[in-house]
Amino acid sequence: MKRHLLSAADLSRDDALLILDTAEELARLADRPIKKLPTLRGRTVVNLFYEDSTRTRTSFEAAAKRLSADVINFAAKGSSVSKGESLKDTALTLEAMGADAVVVRHHASGAPHRLANSGWIRGSVVNAGDGTHEHPTQALLDAFTMRRRLGSFDGRRVTIVGDILHSRVARSNVRLLHTLGAQVTLVAPPTLLPVGVATWPCAVSYDLDAELPKSDVVMMLRVQHERMNAAFFPSAREYSRRYGLDGLRFAAMPEHAIVMHPGPMNRGMEIAAEVADSPRSTIVEQVTNGVSVRMAVLYLLLSGSESAIGSTEETS
Amino acid sequence: MLEASDIRRVLTRIAHEIVERNKGAGDLVLLGIPTRGVPLALRLAERIGEVEGDAPPAGSLDVTMYRDDLALRPARGLGRTDIPGDIDDKVVVLVDDVLMSGRTIRSALDALKDIGRPRAVQLAVLVDRGHRELPIRADFVGKNLPTSLSETVAVRVEELDGLDVVMLGVKGEQT
Amino acid sequence: MSSYLLRGVRPLGGEPTDLLLADGRISEIGCGLSATGAHVVDADGLIALPGLVDLHTHLREPGREDAETVETGTQAAALGGFTAVHAMANTSPVADTAGVVEQVWRLGQQYGHADVRPVGAVTVGIAGEQLAELGAMADCPAGVRVFSDDGHCVSDAVLMRRALEYVKAFDGVIAQHAQEPRLTEGAQMNEGEMSAVLGLGGWPAVAEEAIIARDCLLAAHVGSRLHVCHVSTAGSVELIRWAKSKGWDVTAEVTPHHLLLTDELVASYDPIYKVNPPLRTAADVEALRAGLADGTIDAVATDHAPHPDEAKDCEWAAAAMGMLGLQTALSVVQQVMVDTGLMSWAEVADRMSTRPARIGRVDGHGRALEVGAPANVTLIDPSASWTVEPHALASKSRNTPYRTMTLPGTVYATFLRGNATVLDGKLA
Repeated sequence: MKRHLLSAADLSRDDALLILDTAEELARLADRPIKKLPTLRGRTVVNLFYEDSTRTRTSFEAAAKRLSADVINFAAKGSSVSKGESLKDTALTLEAMGADAVVVRHHASGAPHRLANSGWIRGSVVNAGDGTHEHPTQALLDAFTMRRRLGSFDGRRVTIVGDILHSRVARSNVRLLHTLGAQVTLVAPPTLLPVGVATWPCAVSYDLDAELPKSDVVMMLRVQHERMNAAFFPSAREYSRRYGLDGLRFAAMPEHAIVMHPGPMNRGMEIAAEVADSPRSTIVEQVTNGVSVRMAVLYLLLSGSESAIGSTEETS
Repeated sequence: MLEASDIRRVLTRIAHEIVERNKGAGDLVLLGIPTRGVPLALRLAERIGEVEGDAPPAGSLDVTMYRDDLALRPARGLGRTDIPGDIDDKVVVLVDDVLMSGRTIRSALDALKDIGRPRAVQLAVLVDRGHRELPIRADFVGKNLPTSLSETVAVRVEELDGLDVVMLGVKGEQT
Repeated sequence: MSSYLLRGVRPLGGEPTDLLLADGRISEIGCGLSATGAHVVDADGLIALPGLVDLHTHLREPGREDAETVETGTQAAALGGFTAVHAMANTSPVADTAGVVEQVWRLGQQYGHADVRPVGAVTVGIAGEQLAELGAMADCPAGVRVFSDDGHCVSDAVLMRRALEYVKAFDGVIAQHAQEPRLTEGAQMNEGEMSAVLGLGGWPAVAEEAIIARDCLLAAHVGSRLHVCHVSTAGSVELIRWAKSKGWDVTAEVTPHHLLLTDELVASYDPIYKVNPPLRTAADVEALRAGLADGTIDAVATDHAPHPDEAKDCEWAAAAMGMLGLQTALSVVQQVMVDTGLMSWAEVADRMSTRPARIGRVDGHGRALEVGAPANVTLIDPSASWTVEPHALASKSRNTPYRTMTLPGTVYATFLRGNATVLDGKLA
């Protein structure tokens, strides 16, 4: 039975820990002269990217290649997709190419679910970010980075700050970190929190200064200037003053606390340069860890006769 | 089939044989194959230390990612790989609990190739139960245990299982 | 013209009797009737209702004949027990002139499966800028009485006021698609718990309710008739209940799917559940059922919205909104309203025939089952059940959210002015 990774909700605590433990072993390969493993030789992994995301695509590409899989990069720009081919027809094409896994980045929430559950393809589907829904491998690499820095999740307080409403990173992190036993608090102006957030397994606050001294991890999300025009907040300056992580606020965090950011950053907007470049910032480390975590996901989904992780259930 | 005292005796003998064959312990690195090869490798290193004064470095080599039967079984997690220092031009002694088809050892040889280039590779096993599927033989054998394919051999070690024993069972039965 | 003797039928679910349909009318009612030459229908256990009237059907012709035609749509209507349907104006070209509405009306006459009552657009091209020639559409042979920009809201308050006022001259009604456009930019599903989790743009209840509140006040101010299309929220029911309590001439409809399905189904991201207004919460469903049962909501209307496969076989955001409804409406109503004890069959007749006919000013439909009334009759078997198989439906499209579901109640026969359009569950 092929399985998929569509949402952080697909992962039980055991699944998530298996991925993190496997990634931990794989991360040790980074020190070896020969980083490649023969494990997925003969398998084909397709990177189907409807949005530009060089960092996520290259991370998946490196992960698949280190496992010896054949990688096909199928970018929406410059392919038949931009000529208006439907997701279904693209999927049928990939199936005809013999894709064992499709790593999909799509601007529409739920597009990976459609790929996985519509009978268009037989391979495993990995969600590499869909619309404003989820980005489960980003949450896994964030969790991996946190565990390396802090040891464990139990009782750890994670504060996620910024545009929660439009953030797939926040959605996946809330789910996954809750599963792993951390306490998550979302901090944002009320306009950037979804209606219905009260039912999420986390706390919500509008006051960043009140949360910082209690936080073990502060994760800053990118805030797009366009949101200003849609009246989500009055000005970049006001946003930055109320919700930006500057040096003064950084100093209010506990000594051991770390700063995370999924990138790309708006320096000076949600995060000050001095904070982003501090040794307690894990931003570069997150990128490195991304490859190990994605190797673990591909390995556990694809290597066996049955996947070790993920969702099998067709929700439709 | 083997009691704790038998296992102790057998490991001491193998330790002596390794030293004898390699004329000392100078270039040795012992690598156990997870799961139960690892404590056996650590014990052998300790025994060699008792004989030679200095214990050779010992670690573990996980071969999961190199197995040829991955696609036949459900995906699984990885064991620990912990290589103590450099293995180039060393004599690596692979240590496993049971030798049968030889496929695990083939995987281990592939894995070693990606880590370095040892001068020689030798193999030590607690039990050799025959039924080889590849041209591989052990250099050091604790006990030859000719068995039927319908039988199972279960090795238990103190460090992981709380006791040392090797048991023979029938497939499908709890051992 | 053939005549039919319906033996042992239960009018509105009451005591069994015989019904003779002859010369296009109900000619006799009573036990032990006999009529030479009449086609005898053994209607033992069947319920007779006045032929159903749908206030809200998308027949797609002209323009999208790949999705539905007047012919296939009215076949589906007849099989669903309807004798009259209102064809919505958002065709291509838009039904905003006498020419287009007359063409649709004539196609309905030509096929004869059900009477087609065209709905005229309120504004030219449904663009919400300039009133269409409402009077011309009212005066033409199609005799349009219901005007709607359905699919779009007449959001401009002045335009809405003028439309409400203008149609008073010919006893028309504005059927409003209540959706505040700014509050629903990028909306993909009901805004709430599910949209937060699924990351889909929210369609808040307030966007419907704000327009309904405004329009009720406008209708009261100018003394005109307002009809609210596809009410979908508990708050809307409250507002309409309030407007009615004031004695204002406000009516409302609810769709079968809003009486049964909830936004939790969207978790599959299967666009078969994408519809406008969106599926709401279980609390809304409960309020809608209660509102229909107590008469606050006047009518069940299908909002039958056929779409070709490719419009649904895609990602959620790219998919078209709408679902089939004509052949499943009565079964859904039986399941959620009758079998639950919320409504009697007489009340079903009131909400699916009498009141919609009155709202649409549809002559000859929605009449009581009595001697002399036009023989528009639907026979249903409430004890039968059926499994919805999209390919077996008469519609050209297959976008039914009820596929593979087993629903109670089947339509045994439909009579339009004494002619069987459906007999033994098949097109006659």
